Amino acid sequence: MLDTVAKKSDYKVVGTRPIRPDGVDKVTGRARFGADLNLPGQLVGRVLRSPHPHARLVSIDVSAAAALDGVKAIVTREDFADQPPELTAAGEMMLNYRDVVRNVLAREKVLYEGHAIAAVAAISAAIARKALRLIRVDYEILPHVTDVVAAMAPDAPLLDEAMITAGVTPTPTTPSNIAKRVDFGHGDIDTGFAQADVIVEREFRTESVHQGYIEPQACVANVAEDGQAELFVTTQGQWIVRGHCAKLLGWNVNRIKVTAAEMGGGFGGKTVVYLEPLALALSAKARRPVKMVMTREEVLKATGPTSAARVRVKVGAKKDGRITAAFAECAYGAGAFAGSPAGGGAMCAFAPYELEHVATIGLDVLTNRPKVSAYRAPGAPIAAFAVESVLDEIARTIGVDPIDLRLKNAAKVGTRSTYGPTFAAIGFVELLQAAKAHPHYSAPLPAGQGRGVAAGFWFNVGGDTAVQLTLNEDASVTLTAGTPDVGGLRASLGMMVSEELGIPLDKIRTQIGDTASLAYNFVTGGSRSTFASGMASVEAARAMVKELAARAAKIWDIPVDAVKFEDGMLKPAGDNAGKYEPMSIRDIARQMAKTGGPIVGYATLNAQGAAPGLAFHIVDTQTDPETGKTTILRYTALQDVGRAIHPAFVEGQMQGGVAQGIGWALNEEYVYGADGRMQNAGFLDYRVPVASDLPMIDTVMVEVPNPRHPYGVKGVGEAPIVPPMAAIANAVARGAGVRFTQLPMSPPRVLAALSGQGAR
Amino acid sequence: MSKIHLTTTVNGDAVEALVEADETLLDVLRNQLALTGAKEGCGSGDCGACSVTLDGRLVCSCLVLAVETQGRRVETVEGMAKGGVLHPLQQKFLELSALQCGICTPGFLVAARALLEKNPDPTETEVRYWLAGNLCRCTGYDKIVRAVMDAAAEMRGA
Ligand code: FES
Ligand code: FES
Repeated sequence: MLDTVAKKSDYKVVGTRPIRPDGVDKVTGRARFGADLNLPGQLVGRVLRSPHPHARLVSIDVSAAAALDGVKAIVTREDFADQPPELTAAGEMMLNYRDVVRNVLAREKVLYEGHAIAAVAAISAAIARKALRLIRVDYEILPHVTDVVAAMAPDAPLLDEAMITAGVTPTPTTPSNIAKRVDFGHGDIDTGFAQADVIVEREFRTESVHQGYIEPQACVANVAEDGQAELFVTTQGQWIVRGHCAKLLGWNVNRIKVTAAEMGGGFGGKTVVYLEPLALALSAKARRPVKMVMTREEVLKATGPTSAARVRVKVGAKKDGRITAAFAECAYGAGAFAGSPAGGGAMCAFAPYELEHVATIGLDVLTNRPKVSAYRAPGAPIAAFAVESVLDEIARTIGVDPIDLRLKNAAKVGTRSTYGPTFAAIGFVELLQAAKAHPHYSAPLPAGQGRGVAAGFWFNVGGDTAVQLTLNEDASVTLTAGTPDVGGLRASLGMMVSEELGIPLDKIRTQIGDTASLAYNFVTGGSRSTFASGMASVEAARAMVKELAARAAKIWDIPVDAVKFEDGMLKPAGDNAGKYEPMSIRDIARQMAKTGGPIVGYATLNAQGAAPGLAFHIVDTQTDPETGKTTILRYTALQDVGRAIHPAFVEGQMQGGVAQGIGWALNEEYVYGADGRMQNAGFLDYRVPVASDLPMIDTVMVEVPNPRHPYGVKGVGEAPIVPPMAAIANAVARGAGVRFTQLPMSPPRVLAALSGQGAR
Repeated sequence: MSKIHLTTTVNGDAVEALVEADETLLDVLRNQLALTGAKEGCGSGDCGACSVTLDGRLVCSCLVLAVETQGRRVETVEGMAKGGVLHPLQQKFLELSALQCGICTPGFLVAARALLEKNPDPTETEVRYWLAGNLCRCTGYDKIVRAVMDAAAEMRGA
């Protein structure tokens, strides 16, 4: 299969590092992000949010607010019809419309601090804020539970009094906060554990962390008197925003045209709707544009972070390092509504390995916190923290090199994965070999420092994709894709089209289309955009070449299959070879009208064949015994990237994932008080890594091309956030002598652990 | 409450606006002057996305009241490219792919320019500490730091 992907040396454009086409806009302040559009007559929309983590909404009285001068519209639960249970995909996770409508505006109950209750549109922010203070809400306070383990206790306060755990036989008779259980694996773990020479069993805890995109949620809605609506919004998927809003408002999707703004980071968090249905509903009432922008506090309190979790892991191995059995139970907090990435965690936990006996369980647990949403490889980093920590302990116990331990158990092409399918393309062995050979791994380590390693896995996805290419009259090309550009997509797609058509990159204008100008596209998420939109771009280019050949054939009056496309030129081939002067794309473009009209290349597909992403990280740390602070001294991230179209942006994905992982490992966490309220809802107290916290992050791109993609692309965005937490924990265990089973490894926790207080 | 007549200079142009006493410079730039290059990531001085200079000094425009800029000189990212030519920092950010989503980029560029005006030859550590007030969630800072160092070298004529 590999020969279907051309050798790297055959490419002229792919693999180079040109300046991205949207670059100048982004360094000059021209690029328009979600909050950068202002329309004439625009109103300011603001949201009233619950101060309580759990309460029945007895009544909402908006009359005083509505009477305030300058208030143009108010919406509450009365303005949205209830939705029956219906599952829909959003990013890599599933949503239930019954819950989406309740998350957008609370109905029977508020389920977390920050839960939206009403929204107001007014002529100024000051008036909107004043109006919110005039809304009278009667709450019946209920007991709450924010901790995922406490939420599983039999006497825990119930978020949904009717929730019966799905996926368990026999069906439980009493309700609980556990929405669902999922099981994966094969073989018989009892048999496997009986064969083991060494068994390590540990329990891990992690806290919620936020995607932390620097751009808060923002949108402008504009609904005209005839009901036609436009929405400008920061999102990872304009079509899913359209679909969700139309569903909640009871409109035809066609009524809403959604334009994706430049997006200031998403990482999975911008695959769901919060403000958008409210802005549309307010604008429909006021018949004026309504702009809504979240504050940072709202972002942290009301948009999806990822799960807090408890993971139990048990692994058995022979003395030679062969794993005989592996078990993991991933109990992940979902927040207020079912749908944590526990399934993703359970699937990815042991995915890099070939195991005979393996069982994993995912538990989806409701808590009085904001509903979690996807965050980069949803579910995988938490499970990997637990599993890769245990593997490190096993390696140390039996005295085997940690990379050799993984090599001994690595999944290969043909391995039946721990979650079911058989791997068709996987570069884990190559990756481990590259790690072992890397100078970082053998560099001498000064006393007091620790070196840790860990692996990470993410499936990567494909999905619905449409791309359109138009040939302009001067032989330049316009490429319209539908997956928002989060960091170089326009460049990568343009480069693949440039390679196909043999026209320079600066003659290709790549834009992200709105929902009215292109067929349906699923979100940018799951590391799919370069893979799937790339595949569609290549198909569209090839369709365009076909049409160009048909035009040449017409001009020469020879059969189409007697025309070949080579080095950017159309040439007569076979019997006709040499009979006519080859024609450039420009020659054909000039004659478009005479030969049949405008020329386009179009491709729609449901991209299949996404190959898994594997990452392997090496990190050196030093922990200061006086302060408890752990410093990252050296970091090397290796990854099987398939093929890097624009290597600098692939490196950027890897470096960014590592930095987020370092934050997750060392500092970031949601802190809840006994009152169920978040205590650190700002960037001062929810501390993400800054430049002075980090070293340079070295990257090694191992290229094992994906045979199912015309340029060998594998998704690269998610795998790099999977290994850091375990790699750092393993480094700290070896350097500071303390094994952490709880994140973050923040200075106070480290100090407590070092002084033997056991608070790990 | 009656508004205050503000006269100030933004990127070399004299500008006037009617502002509320409690209105931030960031809001006036973005909402009244249509200069949306400075971004609001937090509104509390913790992310640096709103960085501008005031009489040459680096500030978070979300923490400055618009009225404080009366008669002073404000520089934003929109004023960095001169005469159709990008500033060397802008050029290096592009060449080294030092931006992904780009929301933090205006703040980093303004902050880095302020650094290089004070210290044309910073060490990597100095760059990292100077830029510690600017958050980037996408890049891990690696390419940003390299771009600033490279631009500094180029500006020194090295
Ligand atoms: S918006 Fe000013 S520092 Fe964040
Ligand atoms: S490039 Fe996205 S926050 Fe810096």
